[in-house]
This record gives sequence, C-alpha cells and structure tokens, in this order.
Amino acid sequence: MISVNVLIIIPFLAAALIPFLNKRISRLHIGWFVLFVPLILFIFLARYIPSIANGSTYLYTVNWIPSYGINFTSYLDGLSLIFGLIITGVGALVILYSIYYLSENESLKHFYAYLMLFMGAMLGVIFSDNIMVLYVFWELTSISSFLLIAFWFQRKRSREGAQKALLITVSGGISMLVGFIMIGSITETFSFREIITIIPDFYEHHLFIPAMLLILLGAFTKSAQFPFHIWLPSAMEAPTPVSAYLHSATMVNAGLYLVARFTPVFGGEVAWFWLVTGIGLVTMFWGSFTAVRQTDLKALLAYSTISQLGMIMSMFGMSSAALNNGYSADSVVYTQAAFAALFHLINHATFKSALFMVVGIIDHGVGTRDIRRLGGLATYMPVTFTIAMIGSFSMAGLPPFNGFLSKEMFFTSVLNIRDLNIFSLETWGTMLPVIAWVASVFTFIYCMIVVFQTFFGKYKEERLEHPAHEAPPGMLIAPVILGVLVIAIFFFPNVLGDYLIVPAMASIFPTFATETDLGVTISAWHGFQPELWMTIGVVVIGTLLYISLKYWKKIYGILPESWSFDSLYNAILETVETSSNKITNFYMTGYLRDYLVYVYLFFIIVVGGTLIYTGALDFSIANNAPIDAIDWVIAITMIIGAVAIIFAKSRLTAILLNGVIGYGVALFFVLLRAPDLALTQTVVETVTTVLFLVAYYFLPEWKKEDSPRRTKSINLLISILVGTIFVIVALAVQNGKLFESISSYFENSYELAGAKNIVNAILSDFRGFDTMLEVVVLLIAGIGIFTLIKFKAGKGEEELENK
Amino acid sequence: MKINNVILRTVARVVVYIILTLAVYLFLAGHNNPGGGFIGGLVLSTAFVLLFIVFDIETIQKALPFDFKKVAALGALLAVGTGFGSFLFDVSFLTQAFDYFDLPFFGEVELTTVTIFELGVALVVVGVVVTIILSISEDV
Repeated sequence: MISVNVLIIIPFLAAALIPFLNKRISRLHIGWFVLFVPLILFIFLARYIPSIANGSTYLYTVNWIPSYGINFTSYLDGLSLIFGLIITGVGALVILYSIYYLSENESLKHFYAYLMLFMGAMLGVIFSDNIMVLYVFWELTSISSFLLIAFWFQRKRSREGAQKALLITVSGGISMLVGFIMIGSITETFSFREIITIIPDFYEHHLFIPAMLLILLGAFTKSAQFPFHIWLPSAMEAPTPVSAYLHSATMVNAGLYLVARFTPVFGGEVAWFWLVTGIGLVTMFWGSFTAVRQTDLKALLAYSTISQLGMIMSMFGMSSAALNNGYSADSVVYTQAAFAALFHLINHATFKSALFMVVGIIDHGVGTRDIRRLGGLATYMPVTFTIAMIGSFSMAGLPPFNGFLSKEMFFTSVLNIRDLNIFSLETWGTMLPVIAWVASVFTFIYCMIVVFQTFFGKYKEERLEHPAHEAPPGMLIAPVILGVLVIAIFFFPNVLGDYLIVPAMASIFPTFATETDLGVTISAWHGFQPELWMTIGVVVIGTLLYISLKYWKKIYGILPESWSFDSLYNAILETVETSSNKITNFYMTGYLRDYLVYVYLFFIIVVGGTLIYTGALDFSIANNAPIDAIDWVIAITMIIGAVAIIFAKSRLTAILLNGVIGYGVALFFVLLRAPDLALTQTVVETVTTVLFLVAYYFLPEWKKEDSPRRTKSINLLISILVGTIFVIVALAVQNGKLFESISSYFENSYELAGAKNIVNAILSDFRGFDTMLEVVVLLIAGIGIFTLIKFKAGKGEEELENK
Repeated sequence: MKINNVILRTVARVVVYIILTLAVYLFLAGHNNPGGGFIGGLVLSTAFVLLFIVFDIETIQKALPFDFKKVAALGALLAVGTGFGSFLFDVSFLTQAFDYFDLPFFGEVELTTVTIFELGVALVVVGVVVTIILSISEDV
C-alpha cells in the first residue's frame, strides 16, 4: 500500500501543477480536474476503515532531520482517520460546489492552488506523528487560509479579515511551538506515540503546566474559542466555498484535533479539565448569544460555528475527567463525552457545510445575505429551502436529524459530570448543565431565524438585487448529498459509531481501550430521561423567545459597541502600528553611517563582550606559520590601499583601491594553497568591481563629508574597536580548543563522498544543508534587489491602492 | 555611449568562449579539483557580464533569450529538490550518493548526485548575478 506520507504530498503536487494545467485547458472548468484529488484521497482513506476498526494502526517514517529527532512520520489511527475523511470528503463536495459558484472570470488557478495547499497542510496536521512536523503543517494551514480569505483582495474587508485571522492563529501557533519545544525538552522526543507512553513520569516537571497552557493557546486560537473567536466572523469575507470548507469543517477543527490528541498527555491535569470545558462552554454560550443578533446570514453562521466548536471543545474537556483517577468502571462513563464530541464533530461538518452552501446559493441567487431583505424564498427555492431546513433543524438538535443524537449525548455528558466529586465540581458543577442548556436555547433561536426569516414571511422582491429562482442543479448536488447524510446518520448512527468513533476513542484513551470497550450504542429513543426533558425545554422556551424576539432584542444594545473584543483587537493593532512606526522612524534615519554604527556596535558588544566574558582574550602566536617576505609585501600593500581609501579624492580611486584589498586577499589564498578560495575571491572581486562601475554613473556626487568632530571621533573609536576585535578573534581561534577538531572527519571525504576536493565535499556533501540555505538566501537577495529597482513606486502611485 | 570598441569586441568574441569553457570545466572538476558549483556559476556569469558590457543588452538578450530570474528560481528548485529526492530512497534529507560507472568512450567515470545539487547552486549564482547587474544597469 502507498504510504500515508505520499497521500499528504499529493495535494501539494496538485497545487504546483494547477497553474500549468490551467494554461492548457481553457474550455473546461479546471475544478473538474481538481475534484479528482480529494476524491481519490477519500477513497484511499475509506479503504482503511475496516482495518482501523479492527484496531490496527499504520505508521510510516521518512527521515528528515534525524539528528534532531525530527522525522516526517505519519500515523494513521482512528482519530486521524475521522479528520482525514472529513477533510477529503467535504473537500470533494466543496470543490464540486465551487465549480458552479466561481465563474471562469475569477482567478481559478490561484483559488484551486491555494485550496490544494490548504488540503495538503491539513492532512499533514492530522497525520503527523512528529509534533515539529505537525507545527510546520499547522502554520501552513494558517498561511493558505490567509490566501483564501483574501482571495478577493481588491476588497479592503477581505484583506483585513485575512490579516486578522493570520495574526491571531499564527500567534497562537507560535505559542504552541514553544509548548512543543517544552514538551520535547521534557520528554526528549518529538513523537506523539512516545510522548504518550512516557509522559506519566513527568507530571511533576516544572515545564509541564506551562507547556500545556501554551499548547492550549494554539488550539484555542485555531478553533476560534472565546476570546479569540473574533477572527472567524471577519474571515467570512472569503468566497463561500472557502467558508464551507475551512470555517466549518476543517481548519477550525484543527484545534479540536489537537485537544483530542493531547488529551492522553495532559488530560489528567485539573487545569486542563477546567480550561477546556470552561472556555468551551463560554464560547458556546457567547457564540450562540451573539449569533441571534446578526443580520448577515453568513455572520450568523460564523457565530453559530463558534458556538458549536465551543460545544465540542467542552465535551473533549469533560471527557478528560475520565483520566484523572486512571481506569475504573466509574471513570469510563466520562469517556462518553469524547464519543459525543467526535460524533458531533462529524455531524457538524455535514450540516454546517450544507448550511454555508445554502447561504452561498442565496447570495448568488438574489444578491444579498441580509435577513432584513430576505423572506418568502421557500416557494421560489424549494430544494434550497429543504436543505436549509434539514441543516438548521439538525443544528437546533431536533429529530429526525443527526444533530439531535449528538445534542442528547452532550446533555448526557454535562449531567454525568455533575456527579463527579473531583475538581470542586460539587459546587460549580451544577453550573455546567445550566450554561449548556441556555446556550442550546439560543442555538435553537438562531436556527429558527435562518429558516423562518429567510424562507417564510413576505417576499420582498424590490429589496433584492435579482429575482429569486432555484439554483442550477450542479450547485445543489453537494448540499443535497450533505443533507441526505444528515438524515442517514440519524437512522444509522451506530455504523458510524462502530467503524469510526470507537477506533478514535482508542487513540484518545489508549490506557482504557485495553481494558474495556469504549463504544456507546446511540439510540434515538431512550425513554423519558432528563436529557429528553432538557430538549423539550429547549424547544418550548426557544419557540417562545423566538416569537417574542423583537421585544427582548434590545438587550443587545446594552453593551456599547466599543466594548467588544473586536474593537479591543483594533485598538491593539493600531497602538502597535503607531508605536512601532515611531520606534522605526527613530532609528531608521536614512543614513548609511547610522546603520553601520548599529551593526558594528552590535558586533562589538556581542563578540567583544563574549571574548571578555569567557576570558578568551589570551592567545599565543607561537604555533602560527612563519611569515615570508612576500607575505609582508602583500600585507603592507593592502594596508596602504585600505588607508588610502580614506584619503581618496574621487570615487573611482576608492573603487580601485578597494579592489586592491580584494585581490590582495586572493593572492594570499594562492600563496596559502587554497586555489578554490583564490578563484572565488578573484571572480567575486571582479564582478563587484564591474557592478560598482555599472552603477557608477548613477551615484550622487562624491563629496567629502564634513561631519562634526564628535561624529568623527565616534566613527574612529568604532572602527578601531571593530578592527581590534577582528584581529583578536582571528588570533584567538588558533588556540581555542574547546572541542575536538573535526578535521579528521573530513579527511575521509574520498571514502564518504567520493570527492578528492575536501572543500567541495564539505560544502555540498557534509554541510549541504548550509549551502542549500545559502543558495536560497542568495536567490531571495537577488529577488529583493530586482524588485527594489524594478518596482519603485512613482509619486502618486500609492494612491491607486484601495481603489 | 556610442564608442566603437573594435579591439574589445574582437577580443571578447574569443575570450567569452574561453571563459565559458573554463566555467564548464570548473563546474565539472569541482568534485576532485578546485572548482564547483559556486565558482563555476560565478565564472559563467562573468562571461555574460562581459558580453553585456561589450555589446549592448538588447543584442545579447536576443541571442540569449533567458529570463535570468527563472534561471535562478530553477536553480533553487534543483538544489532544494535534490534534498527531497533523498526521501524516495528513505535516507535523511540531502543525503548524497556516488558510484563509479564504466561508460563507453569515457572509461570509468564517477557519477554523483552532488552534481545535480551543484548544478542548482551554479544556476542560482548565474541567475542572481546577471539579474542584479542587468537590473542595475537598466535602471536609468
């Protein structure tokens, strides 16, 4: 079987090929070709379902940087399989939908290339066993989502939304990286599987809690948890297929995935339980509460996504209670929360993607998403209406849709957790079901808003941009499939449970899986239990509140607009911008001399300081090679040349004198039998001199700077210090024997690398990584110079921006 | 500048071939003798620079229709790509291999994957140096 590593690479390859493919094929929408990628990956992953259900896992390793323990290892188990199927499955449907959504006039090659980049990154996140590799893919999802959100970059709001998402998720990602490094230094491994097995020895480690907090920060920002949720509504500026994919089914789930993955590592910790559960419930409440006030359908769905993510997050948090006391018959009960979380995750992916697609259809059809302008669409768009109803009722937790089942299980878990006598739950625990229930009421209300205010009531054609009509059949295929899934899952939930969720449970609770069966039989009817009464309460109170909506909607006006987290974010951004502008203006004076002073001062302080601090100042020149007469001649010539530059009257003289020094160094290399270096030095010297002469005509008049005495003396002092330190370093390295010399290793260059030229063997065989990076740096520098010269903004050009 | 550099032009026509040959020699010799991708690339770019100086840029660009930015990008792709190539053989990143082959006409020859890596380095150097010089000289 092909390894999972290849599977991760495929979308990246596709992303690289799409721009070329787009040129060749102009008649057919390129989406049809892109569609194959997720489809093939989905089928490929689906073939693993039976064997994963039987308890097997798959591990593939490709060495990357083995010396640091960073290897490209992919791990396929129940948990990653669920996410993988969602990513590829929903991905395929979204691409199918986007073929009809995006017209040929859009920059399709960019869109699909970004989308493939994102898909690959996402698969990388969920299949990586190595946390460092996971981090790389994690940030790649942020970057590709940035590109996707800003797809219509001509719009200012798109750019701002993309920036907000990037800033928040990447800063979370960086804190997560710090957490990963801490975990790595605690356990001395970067592999998930190894960390899980040895982490119990390190519960008392002083870095354990900080690492946990930092990793949670990464997960919370990615999954748009309170108070980091503000990026998700702004990200709705993206094209709707992107919202359906990234902001409901995949990227936002990465945080949930991380929490689920790290549950066996940190789950036993009390802080973990409270943070994940608490933040999750607060997010759930705040998201659903805010969703009700939204007038833009897409914004409403964004807040509802925040709320649903919070709900899943809290369930993962509650399930960690099971790990607190180790395995026992009592604690197994709490694992059900994780089961419900995974179940709801799948359900949410189905109904929320369908809803986003519905909103896209409405937006496309009538030209607006504003609920105040919509109404009475049911008769004009019957299929769309049906899907919207299925999705919304499922989200509200009504039968016969899959959301009902997972919502009931959610209530079961909150009720279970109340009985637990750890973590001071006996007092605070009663709060959990209350918050959960209130949040569910609001969820019910906004679901009703989606259905009734859009599709019922008066049809206001004069307020729409286009008259309402049913969407083209192609656009309806994907949401219809999702809608059918929503109902199918309700009637056959246990297929899903047995084949997908149970194996995933084994990944979250590896210690429990050996003791007992973690499966739960999902049943739609379980008697008149408290859960059912809670649901009935939600429906009754929710309906009453929905009807009386206009009477109590005023409460949203109580909190002033400027108190939101959004304005806090804007204020922070503004402060950072102005203050960094001030600081930058302070030191970026525009004088080359000042910049050189910074560089040299830094050098003097760091290198000179280190020399003094470590006492490396002592050096002996006894072992140095003897100096011949010819060496003296060259050295003195170079000194004279260098000193002469200071007194040169014209620029041409200065350039030539500078060349004297360079060629002098080349001569030294010749004398010291380093032909490689001599050759390089000669050519570089020639090229730079030519470059100088090319630019010669355009340089400003050469004039003696008449600077004040103080500046001159500072210059003199710095130059003397720099020169002295360089000489000392050059002499001191001769007798610094801190490490064993590694030169003996390079003597084997012929046996190891087949090279008689040791210099070359070092450069490209032994230290090839350095050379590779140098080449990349060179390329970046070249591009930098090219863009600086070619794309100089003329006066007045900047105003074209934002038009 | 309308200066008729007859001597320089005549000499350059010959010298360029010598430089080009030297560049190729240096590049191929790098593994066992002084030379290598970086120097080979630099020498190659001096040949281009000489051509650009002696004849004017338009003429040379007609004769050598390369986009040197793309040359540099291709080089970087090669250099980084050989690193990933090692994954196919399940060895660490950038592992290089070599062996001796008995080729007809050439006799026993050492072939090594480093050459591809070095080719990437050389292309980047040529691309970047020529791009910089061209863009500075075109910027009036």
